[in-house]
Amino acid sequence: MGWIGDGIESIRSMQIRQFLTQAVSLGMIVTSALIIWKGLMCITGSESPVVVVLSGSMEPGFKRGDILFLHMSKDPIRAGEIVVFNVDGREIPIVHRVIKVHERQDGEVDVLTKGDNNYGDDRLLYAQGQLWLQRHHIMGRAVGFLPYVGWVTIIMTEKPIIKYILIGALGLLVITSKD
Amino acid sequence: MHSFGYRANALLTFAVTIVALMCAIASLSDNLNTPSPTAEIQVVNINWFQKQTHGNDEVSLTLNITADLQSLFTWNTKQLFIFIAAEYKTPKNALNQVSLWDAIIPAKESAKFSIHTSNKYRFIDQGHNLRGKEFNLTLHWHVMPKTGKMFADKIVMSGYRLPEEYR
Repeated sequence: MGWIGDGIESIRSMQIRQFLTQAVSLGMIVTSALIIWKGLMCITGSESPVVVVLSGSMEPGFKRGDILFLHMSKDPIRAGEIVVFNVDGREIPIVHRVIKVHERQDGEVDVLTKGDNNYGDDRLLYAQGQLWLQRHHIMGRAVGFLPYVGWVTIIMTEKPIIKYILIGALGLLVITSKD
Repeated sequence: MHSFGYRANALLTFAVTIVALMCAIASLSDNLNTPSPTAEIQVVNINWFQKQTHGNDEVSLTLNITADLQSLFTWNTKQLFIFIAAEYKTPKNALNQVSLWDAIIPAKESAKFSIHTSNKYRFIDQGHNLRGKEFNLTLHWHVMPKTGKMFADKIVMSGYRLPEEYR
């Protein structure tokens, strides 16, 4: 009866080996995505190197669902640049254009922004009583542009079911695929 | 090995790679264009010039803007964003840039224009340094591409002086 036990043993070890291989390859995918993201953070110097445009306030230049590549360098901020900024008390960063700059001798800077498609400037969006943005509000400036790609993330955040279906399907593919 | 899933995956990967490559080439091709834009800005009139109640100087200008920016357009250009900024120094600030007027130019045909306008955004100083102040008017443009890298440049027109007295 020894050969049956051997057979079961070999099948079991095969399955474990296969399972381990798949776990490792899945881990490779996840970690390489993480490496790319963190690498981009190092290169661009911005804590979020890629942002998705969520509102139509910069139309027709940037539409909802477009992707912007950010860069954060030590260069001074100048009028006309499109910056991404965080306002105190607001979670979602805003992508708008700088229309006024007042830079002091020591490099401290006061900036006013406006969306190309908005009628007035952004003082209504800033925190109560805030007239200017300072350097620390600004997360980066937009340097490049890719249309439509951001729709993937917009759809996934607004319809989480699609996200779960996608993850489930991918997981199933990984489990069932051989070699 | 030759299942439907594998073929679909290979096709999708290939298609995405090609599209990404085409976007990159389209963006790079912008570098082949050497534009030669021209512009002329005149301050036609100082409409009024006063000190606000909280102490900042404010001035209202009428501008005459003539420009030919057609050479900035390439096949990868979605639109041109242009604006005119007054730039000057004050004892407190090493640089002040105040946008006075802006426009979006969606097509090459409308990139040659002449316009007579008063300032769209308020020209307010941080403080009260504008009397007799010399400033530059600068035409900036930002080329927004259909895809890829954004470009920006400017033409500086120097030598404007605000009046010595409020009016």
